[in-house]
Amino acid sequence: MSLLSTLARLEAVRSGRAEPLATVRHRHLSDRPMVVVPLTAAGEAGAPLAAMLGTDRAAPRLHVVPQPLDRDQRFAFLAALAADLLPYLEGYGEEVEQVEGTERDPETGERTPVVRELCAQAPQLIVPSAAGVDQLGLIGRSTRFRRTADDADAGPHPVPTRVPLLGRWLTHLRERSEVPGSSLLVAMTALLSRHWATGQSHLEDQHLGALLAWISPPPGMSGAEAARRAESARDERGQLYCPPAGPATDPRFDEKLLAPAVARYDAARAALRARPGGDERAERHVRRAAEEIRELLAGVLRPTWDQVWHGVDLLRTLPPAAHLPERWESDRWSYTGHRDRLAAGEPPQPRHDDAVTAARKLAQREREQAKVELQEALDDPLAMAEHRLSGEAFAGTVVDVEPAYDTSGRSPKPRPLVTVRTADRPHADPGREVHRAGGPAAQKAEIVAVDPDDGTLTLRLTSGMGRRKEPEPGSVPQPGEQVVFTLFELTVRQAAPLPAPEDTPWTHGGPPSAAALAPAAAAAGSDPITDPEDWE
Amino acid sequence: MNVSHPGHLPHGPAEPPAQRLARLRGPVPQRSLDARALAALAANPGCRRRALLDAAGVDKAALADRLGSPAPFGQSPFAIVRGNVFESRVKADGYAELLLLLQQRLGLPEPGAAELAVPDLLPRAGTAVRTERTRQVLADAAAHRGRWTLLDHPMLCLEVAGSPAFLEPDAVVVRPDGRWTVVEIKSFPVLDGSADPAKVGAAARQAAVYVLALQQTAAELAGVKPDPDPYAAPEGLAAAPDTAVLLVCPRDFSNRPTAAVVDVRRELSVTRRQLQRMTGIEQLLEALPEGVGFDLSTDDDGSPVRSTGQLGESVAAVPAAYSPDCLSTCELGFHCRQEARCAGAVEQLGRAVRGELGSLRTVGDALAAAAGAGTDPADEAAARLARAAALRAEALGRRPSAPGSGEAPGV
Ligand code: SF4
Repeated sequence: MSLLSTLARLEAVRSGRAEPLATVRHRHLSDRPMVVVPLTAAGEAGAPLAAMLGTDRAAPRLHVVPQPLDRDQRFAFLAALAADLLPYLEGYGEEVEQVEGTERDPETGERTPVVRELCAQAPQLIVPSAAGVDQLGLIGRSTRFRRTADDADAGPHPVPTRVPLLGRWLTHLRERSEVPGSSLLVAMTALLSRHWATGQSHLEDQHLGALLAWISPPPGMSGAEAARRAESARDERGQLYCPPAGPATDPRFDEKLLAPAVARYDAARAALRARPGGDERAERHVRRAAEEIRELLAGVLRPTWDQVWHGVDLLRTLPPAAHLPERWESDRWSYTGHRDRLAAGEPPQPRHDDAVTAARKLAQREREQAKVELQEALDDPLAMAEHRLSGEAFAGTVVDVEPAYDTSGRSPKPRPLVTVRTADRPHADPGREVHRAGGPAAQKAEIVAVDPDDGTLTLRLTSGMGRRKEPEPGSVPQPGEQVVFTLFELTVRQAAPLPAPEDTPWTHGGPPSAAALAPAAAAAGSDPITDPEDWE
Repeated sequence: MNVSHPGHLPHGPAEPPAQRLARLRGPVPQRSLDARALAALAANPGCRRRALLDAAGVDKAALADRLGSPAPFGQSPFAIVRGNVFESRVKADGYAELLLLLQQRLGLPEPGAAELAVPDLLPRAGTAVRTERTRQVLADAAAHRGRWTLLDHPMLCLEVAGSPAFLEPDAVVVRPDGRWTVVEIKSFPVLDGSADPAKVGAAARQAAVYVLALQQTAAELAGVKPDPDPYAAPEGLAAAPDTAVLLVCPRDFSNRPTAAVVDVRRELSVTRRQLQRMTGIEQLLEALPEGVGFDLSTDDDGSPVRSTGQLGESVAAVPAAYSPDCLSTCELGFHCRQEARCAGAVEQLGRAVRGELGSLRTVGDALAAAAGAGTDPADEAAARLARAAALRAEALGRRPSAPGSGEAPGV
């Protein structure tokens, strides 16, 4: 945590409500996000229990597995989830724009112009918390290798046709979510805590209800009180008013309400099975017991659902940052790349990346991290303040401009001296190159003199003034003008903007080595792909 | 105040710590420490409050209830069932899968069924009997080299601050080479060869407690003192407990077990240091003001022996070391958080914050420094904070709060 965000937290403690950590919104928000609130059965990895989802806050759709250990029910749930999610995910694949770029010929190294399709929009999934992101990844992992009845070798437990496809999409989204600044799959807690500092710790901020309580406490309550209520207040049945945002449910809910309801459901099904000819009353009992579970789960999902949408509203009050379209474009590339891979009939993403792909992903994430930090600093004075505090940037008012020229070449070039008054203390020694942020064009300067007692710095502008002897009008800051200079460069060296590394087909990085394929499985002598993994 | 129980000894320097601890607890059953609790101690080594309450065997969850800040912990019945189902699967068919995993992961010769002894550990007997039985079986096994002995849910005893903690690992295996291996069966999955590091860490800390107890037993059987150095290589029987444990988990989404060998020497040394600190409980006891007590019992008429206020004062008399991690590791988390908030302690925002703010220990002091009030120019943290506040105010278009402008908060 930086000192500035600690300060914001301290202020929040004093004011009793969250304090801003940003002056603009640093993450893309879709006009039509798909909110997904997944729940799992406790102790059962990747065993879905329920999901509430949809793009219309007034009409959430609910899917439930009444008996989470029942394979058929689980498959039915996954099929329903696929039927709900896939049209949304695939729906952005149609409308495209043509983008010109270049591609390097792998043989000759020559650059040749190419035109590629880029989807005009892309989907955005919002889950309540980071654990929800992981949960969607787990569902992706547990379904993308499954066989369907359409496969030649369907195996003993084929899943409904579209389920593996859902798995591949969720895997892709999960993967993309690891790229800093990406927005195809985001956690509401992460979005909110990027923009607001609460008067509690990071750990407590993972609780969506508590986080929101600080950002918009109910009237007459302090953030701390409201957060405490969200964390622990229970009704007369001993149930939380604000159920956990999942994917795990409250153990007390499991114990007092869910487990008994599941037991009743099991009993009703056993009774029905005991009547081989079928029995209307027994069937009714089963339906009613299932309906009861559904209502219980709807009851604990709905508060979280509303909270996520409340978070969306809060984020929409912030003006979008200037670099959002650019970053969203890389999300669109990512989406387009996955669409193309599916269309090309490529196999599902492997369990393990081979070494080349893993290294590439790591490099990409580091680069994206640097880029996000840079863009945020340029978009938001509060983010730039971090760099000013750390001595990596300075801002101030121009107090003097003195024309000067470099006459060493054939024609003289403008090299004006600009004196800036600033309270910042950049780590800037004379001779150091600095970069102007927020100027009319890219502009470099060199530090000539530093006078800490006077609070001034003198710079010599070295570029960005046109080709003539006199600088282009407006290219040199004038006395009284506010300027910001950074000690770091304002662009991140970027590979060709075409496919991001995670969108490079894994087949191009060489096939995953046999050793990398689930060593545990190999040791146990089973085939990682055909092994049924039956969630016994 | 003067609360008396039967057998209550007058407080004096001569009173042995165990007795004093029992007196602090009052006439309620001692909450014996289990491996989970011992492992959690290592999570917040600096907390004397927890050390004292644990040493005294106070039921912290009940205490938290009485203080009005119940602990949010609980285990879902689904998770319990799942854990039991998995454990019985691992131990099914005469421990076949477990032995196979042991042999594969530890590179040992294949166990023939004939060479495997699974002694009856008297699971229905009392703790003391079970502990003695486990000890006896371990001694026997040591005398019969070259075969496998599997101890299913043995009972181990570890002396902690003068009182015994009883520990029940899922299994301990005596291998043909004479080494003892702790087996820890957990129901979180190993997915594509890796598991949640936080869960593996917790399991390792717990297993380290078992290893520690085994080392104590082995040393006793060998008639030597246990070596406090986890990297030491003692001789003979004392060397039997292996510092690498076998962690057994379900593989991927199935119920089939897979296993990994986890070296717990680091956890072992942390836990050992922790426990030694608890043995230093005497100083803690000496520092306790008169009248402190955590008696949660009720009188004959059902009214509590100690009022909530008295309990609160007693808890407050023992210094704590709150950090937000407490919320997930200690039953008193909510209570101590409230206390930290009332005191305006900066730790309420996270452990790291304390380092960042240097000598500024309260929210009020930090904000005053941020406002530039009464700042010692030599205090670097305060100066940086004031600079940060100016930058923040500028970026947000707020008027920076002037020194002494009355903005210094009363938090
Ligand atoms: S919650 Fe309180 S008693 Fe428990 S470890 Fe933290 S500070 Fe110590």
